Order: sequence, then C-alpha cells, then structure tokens
Amino acid sequence: MSLNANIPQGPLAEKWSKHKFNLKLVNPANKRKYNVIVVGTGLAGASAAASLAELGYNVTAFCFQDSPRRAHSIAAQGGINAAKNYQNDGDSVYRLFYDTIKGGDYRAREANVHRLAEVSVNIIDQCVAQGVPFAREYGGLLDNRSFGGSQVSRTFYARGQTGQQLLLGAYSALNRQINLGKVKVYTRHEMLDVVMVDGHAKGIVTRNLITGDIDTHAGHAVLLCTGGYGNVFYLSTNAIGSNVTAAWRAHKRGAYFANPCYTQIHPTCIPVTGDHQSKLTLMSESLRNDGRVWAPKTVETAEKLRKKEITAAQVKEEDRDYFLERKYPSFGNLVPRDVASRNAKEMSDEGRGVGTSGLAVYLDFADAISRMGEDTVRAKYGNLFDMYYQITDENPYKQPMRIYPAVHYTMGGLWVDYNLSTNVKGLYALGECNFSDHGANRLGASALMQGLSDGYFVIPYTLGDYLATIGPKPVDTNHPAFAQTKQDVIDNVNKLLALKGTKTVVEYHRELGHIMWEYCGMARTEEGLTKAKAMIKELKADFWKNALVVGENEEFNLSLERAGRVADFIELGELMVTDALMRRESCGGHFRLESQTEEGEALRDDEHYAFVAAWEFKGENQEEELHKEELVFENVKLTQRSYK
Amino acid sequence: MNLTLKVWRQKNTQTAGKFVTYKAEGISPDMSFLEMLDVVNESLIKKQEDPIHFDHDCREGICGMCSLYINGRPHGPKRAITTCQLHMRSFSDGETITIEPWRSAAFPIVKDLATDRSAFDRIQQAGGFISVNTGGVPDANSTLIPKVIADEAFNSATCIGCGACVAACKNASAMLFTSAKITQLGLLPQGQPERWSRVQAMVNQMDEEGFGNCTNTGACEAECPKEITLMNISRMNNDFFSAELFREEHTHDGGGNG
Repeated sequence: MSLNANIPQGPLAEKWSKHKFNLKLVNPANKRKYNVIVVGTGLAGASAAASLAELGYNVTAFCFQDSPRRAHSIAAQGGINAAKNYQNDGDSVYRLFYDTIKGGDYRAREANVHRLAEVSVNIIDQCVAQGVPFAREYGGLLDNRSFGGSQVSRTFYARGQTGQQLLLGAYSALNRQINLGKVKVYTRHEMLDVVMVDGHAKGIVTRNLITGDIDTHAGHAVLLCTGGYGNVFYLSTNAIGSNVTAAWRAHKRGAYFANPCYTQIHPTCIPVTGDHQSKLTLMSESLRNDGRVWAPKTVETAEKLRKKEITAAQVKEEDRDYFLERKYPSFGNLVPRDVASRNAKEMSDEGRGVGTSGLAVYLDFADAISRMGEDTVRAKYGNLFDMYYQITDENPYKQPMRIYPAVHYTMGGLWVDYNLSTNVKGLYALGECNFSDHGANRLGASALMQGLSDGYFVIPYTLGDYLATIGPKPVDTNHPAFAQTKQDVIDNVNKLLALKGTKTVVEYHRELGHIMWEYCGMARTEEGLTKAKAMIKELKADFWKNALVVGENEEFNLSLERAGRVADFIELGELMVTDALMRRESCGGHFRLESQTEEGEALRDDEHYAFVAAWEFKGENQEEELHKEELVFENVKLTQRSYK
Repeated sequence: MNLTLKVWRQKNTQTAGKFVTYKAEGISPDMSFLEMLDVVNESLIKKQEDPIHFDHDCREGICGMCSLYINGRPHGPKRAITTCQLHMRSFSDGETITIEPWRSAAFPIVKDLATDRSAFDRIQQAGGFISVNTGGVPDANSTLIPKVIADEAFNSATCIGCGACVAACKNASAMLFTSAKITQLGLLPQGQPERWSRVQAMVNQMDEEGFGNCTNTGACEAECPKEITLMNISRMNNDFFSAELFREEHTHDGGGNG
C-alpha cells in the first residue's frame, strides 16, 4: 500500500482553510444516524467525543480508568502553547510553526505543524469559555510564561496543573453531552481489538475490567485517543495504567506504526531511589525558567557530595559548572528537552553526578529566591516544590533539587495522514497516540496543544469527509467479523491465564524496561541495538513459557490486565529497536553515537533519513516491513539545530 | 522496615468482606505506600494467591484514583497529600497498619479496596459545565477576570474527585466535592448564565445518589488532599438557597426539594 499523507496543495498558510472547504459535509439531519467510537478520554478523546456529539453524531466513549476525568493528560504540569502574541514579543502563527518544526528536528510534516499553530489560538479561547481558570495578570488579562526551546512567552498555564485544568474543561464538555444523551461512556473498559469489515474499521472488542465480560461495539468510525507508550521503559512519568495495547492491537490489524523509536526523555524528573520504584515523577520544565542547572566541576567534589561529606550549598561558586549556561549561552537553562537531558546524562557518565546513585544533577533556586523572594517562588512553583518534598524528604527552598532525565513522551505512534486517518479506513488516531506533529522531539507545552487541536478543531472536520463518503447505513455487531474478533480476544485472554510459570509479569516488564533504557534510550549504537533485539526476542519467548498469571477472567483481575499490556509492550519494544537500528542518524531525542558533530552534538542525516518510517505488521514473529513517507520541506530550510 | 497489614478483602460487590492480615517485610522508607503494596502483591502472586486490588494510576497525586483509608484516615496520616504520595518514612518499623476502602453507601465496593465512584461523575454530568460548543467563542482576553477571582476559582478547580471528603465525613456527604465545581464556575463570569440552574441540578443529583448532608464537622476540609475549603460549601448553600427562593429557574417540577 502506498503512503499518501493527503496533504492539500497550495501555499502553507492556506492549506488548512482550503482543505476545510474541500472536505465533504454530513447533512445535519444525517449526523444522528452515525455512531462514532472514541477510545480514551484524555485531552484528545474527551475533546473529540464532546465536539462530535455537539455536531450531532452519536458517540460511544471508552476508558480503562474508573472515570473519564482520570486520563493521564491530567498530570501535565507546565502549560499549553498558543500563538496569541498577547505579550507583544514577536510571536506569530509562523513563529510557533517554525519553532515546532525546528524543535522536532525537521522530522515532522510542515502542513500538519502549521495547522497546529493556526488552531492553537482557538484552543485558548475555547478553554476560557469553558471556565478553565488560567493564570491571570492583575489587570485581568491572561498571563504567559516562556518554556523550554522558545524565546517568546506563549505558554498559558494554570499554576503547575495545566493538564488537569484543561482535561477537566474537556471532561465538562463531555459531561454536558452525556447529560444530553449524545455520548455514552463505558468506564473500566479496556479495548482489546479492532473489528475489520471489508477493509474498514467498524468496531472494537472490549473487556469489562470488573466483570471480565468481553463485548463487541459497532461504529461507523473508530478513533483511538489512547495516549503514548512510554511505559515500554517500565519506569517513566506515565501513569501506571498507560499502555500501548489499543494502538498495538490496531497495528496488528493493519495500521502502520510510525517512528516508534522517537521517544522523549524529559530532563527534570526526580531521580530513581531503588528497585522498588514503580514510576518516575516529573518536575515541570517551567522550573528551568528560574532554576539553574549545575553539576560539580570535578569528580572529587561530586564524590564528596555523593557520600554526603559536604552539602550542595557548601560547593563554592567557582567549583560549580552551570553546564547548560556555559555550553548554550543564548538559550541557557531553556534549551530543548533532548539537549538538556543528554547533557545531564553526560555529567553523570563523567562521574560528576550527585545524589547517592550519582545519577542526578542539581536544579538550584538559590538565585531565584534571593532575587524574587521565597514567597514569589512559592506562588509560582509551590505545588511542585511540595511534591518534591513529599517524595524526597528534602526541602527545595533550602537545598537544590536533584534531577535526572526520565522517559516522558513518545513522539512515535500510529501513522496518520493529514486527516488523522490511519492507513486503515475508518480508523483514526489522535493526540499522543498518533505520530504526527512533533517530529523527533516535542517542545514543552506542545502536547496539550496537539491533543486539543486534534480533538476540538481537526477531527470534527476531517471525520465528516469519511462519514459522508461511506454513508449513514446502519452498522451492527451481527457481521461475522465481530464474533470472530471477539473469539480471538477470548483465545488471547485464555492463553494469558494459562501461564503458570514462576516469574510475575511485572518482573518481565521491569526487565524489558532495563533493556530499553540501556540500549534504546538517550544514546544508541548499532552494537547495543543489535544486542537489545536479541534480548527482547529471548524475553518474549521466556514470557510465553515462564510468566505467571493468577486468577480468572470473570473478575477484577490486575494480574491478567497487566499481563496483556506487558505482552504488547514486549512486541513494541522489539519494533522500537528495529526502527532505531534502521535510523542511522542522530535527531531530536534520539542520539546515535555513530552520528555526531565534532562538538559532540547530534548530527542529522537529511540526505538519507528525512522520512517518516511507517512499519507494517506482517504476522507473529515476522520482521515488519518498512514504508517510507518522504518529508518535503517547501518553507523552512533544514539546518543543524543550534541553541548556542 | 517490617510491618503488619490488616487489609479489607472482598471478592466483589455482592459478597461479604473481611480483614486479612499480611506481613510486609524488607520495606524501604523511600517507598511510597502503593509501592509497599506492590511488594506485598508480588509476593502474593508468587504464591499464586489473589493480589490486593486497589485503585491507582498516575502515582503523582493528581488523577484522584488512589483511595485508601489508612489507620482510620482517608489517604493516611499526612495532611494535603494523596495515598500515592504517602511514603513509608511516615510509619515506623513493626507498626500495624489497617487499610480499608472508602466507606459510603454511594461508593459500593468493587473489589477489596477499590470502590465505584461513578456517583461523582453523575453529579458532574447533571450540571458541572458551561454550555458552550466547540468554536464560535469570543477571544480569550475579551473578558477580564480579576486575578483574585481567577485564583480563587482555580483553588476550587483543583479538586481531584478522589472522594476523601465523603470517606472522612460521618454523614458521607459529598458537599465539598459538589461545591468545589459549583464555586469554580459560579465565581467566573463565564459561569453566570447557568449559575442558578447548575447549583440546583448538581445538588439534586447529589441527593439522589444517597450522599448525606453537611453538619459542619469539617472533616472533609481536614482530609482533602487538595485543601479545598469549607468556604466552597458556604458558597454553594448560598447559591442554592438564592436559586430556590429568589430565582425563577428550577430543574425539577416544583423545585425546592434539595
């Protein structure tokens, strides 16, 4: 199958407007004859479900949590970008577009990113109208702050809880439609497969996580808004339940998986304390606006700090290396996430890391506190400081925070065209679940923007085109494909329940995470990746022999739930390594040691790798087939990223 | 650290539950409370026993899913945090810890320590929104909102819907939860058009779900991980009675049955 991204013709700034006009519309009286399935109720899912229901479609939404409000978008801290230029500091739609393309290291589609920048302004209007309490100035206008990788203040925020406030806004819009009877939500339901009828996605199979009931649901289209796959690394800033299962099962039904190796390692997370650790906690990168990142200049000083012979405050100014300010004078502590992360790792690799493990650098607020006073710092970052204190038992007002990079976001995901359609007709992917807008690296405060852009302002237009094409003929679950797919799901559940080995699925997950972090994390090599691939194959074989799953299907069964997700993560892990092996260049969050500049910065290879890698599933234990979507840059000139 | 746990085990909503005692051994003070339970669960699974089911997800205090009643207090002994942020350094070696689910008729137990809090969703669905469709809204800066008002609305909006307020209340009242949304939207100019119908609809739904009434004990405020204040309840009561007595809008025939 050829990969057609369906990018509209014409000048960049006119593409979306022109496309909207060219898309077919569904007659208002016909909209109620369609049923749309939305899987996931985070920013993308809740906004899409609410907006489609407002238009008149019937929507059935699903989430695995006990309430739609708990989707992991809720945990986003820092903010949401929009090209409002409220600060009169030179921002524009084009600048947001340019920053995002550059930040993504020239591995995203121009047309998608420009559309994202265009609708960013509508998102803020929409959220304010819903009652989202963004931070404001004393005059009553909205406040902004600057965020990593940007030289303008375009980030809107609600203290350190922007994701929560935006999600609750989308959740309220969803609730309104539930109240009006246009949306039906199934909570504590996990999607386990897509039902394909004559080459179109026509429904899904779900498992009720409380009763174990396995059911089929039919719809004219299926929207996957199921988030990212960062938990393939076991430890990440994702919620424990965040998983790839819905996207992966769709992949196995034909949807291409694009750029799986593009993962984002966030620079400011609380370091790991031990093997018991179940997740990592992010400290918003907004902290880098006022915090200064440093490591001791010498290994000896670092050694003393690790052994707690001295405290950070006792390290003299001249013995500190503010390495980001030193190496990147124009961006300083606000360099993009990938650059900050890689540099922190380098410090630790050189033996200059701090904390008991040595896997940490400092984020210091002493200057900010003496400049603005403790109260101002508390007003800006209070909840983050409290969170840090709860977890580490250290007071960040008195001593610098210890931070270390952690897996945070996955730029890769299901391949979608300009309409957010996967290559499978009727199957769409929105938000972090798709691969589309962030290239090889996402800028801070852009994930919320993309999730809401897809849900509020893109899918309501593009889905109509498909629905108008297929017509409102009713769909139901009587087609034999539903019974067949349901049986496949039941067989898979039974296969998992039959595993009565000796190792728990969590142990497999942790092992997979170690492999991924070590060989497919911030820095990668041909040798390491080759080794990782063999290790994952072995792990997979061992899982299906020696894993231990307890209980039965007909109950609330955490062991079974986790087993299915871990099995899918193992398969995805192998594909990520395959993708990373293929991409013999450094770009964005992805650093190949074989491909670096003389200064040790990431070196892209535009001649050979300016494409989207879309992988096709070819059957169990078969190598996947690579399809390339060439990236065409008509408006920006590809340059080596420099933040010096 | 070595601890003794007394945990409420209950197979499902229909069956009766009981306390079961477990040993938690080799626990690090740096573990979170949920990580301590993970350790216990891994050992149960190894023995092919059913692990302890509890709700949890983000593990950073914001999703509102975790909901353990620890030694007689929702989210345990520390103020202003959720269970997932509680660390074992708050307990001492050899201690016995009692772990129960939220207790309220409106939150039926699903299994062990997990409860069904969909009543909260239904209260929100009854009116916890501003009726605007996507698109066609005014520019975000066209409405000036004083910073103090925006900040106060934000404080109410930080509710995570965990249900600790209900679990803490001797009447199992959901008034702190309900009033937080009513206050957020009631303070903001965008929320004014539906202010009176909203409060009536949400309070009516709250009553229908079987939550108790407020008798001003203040346990909810003391236990709320996000420090939502009783002021929210005062504002809700004020709006509710205003709506019932002086406004013309009613959501139910006859109205006034709150």
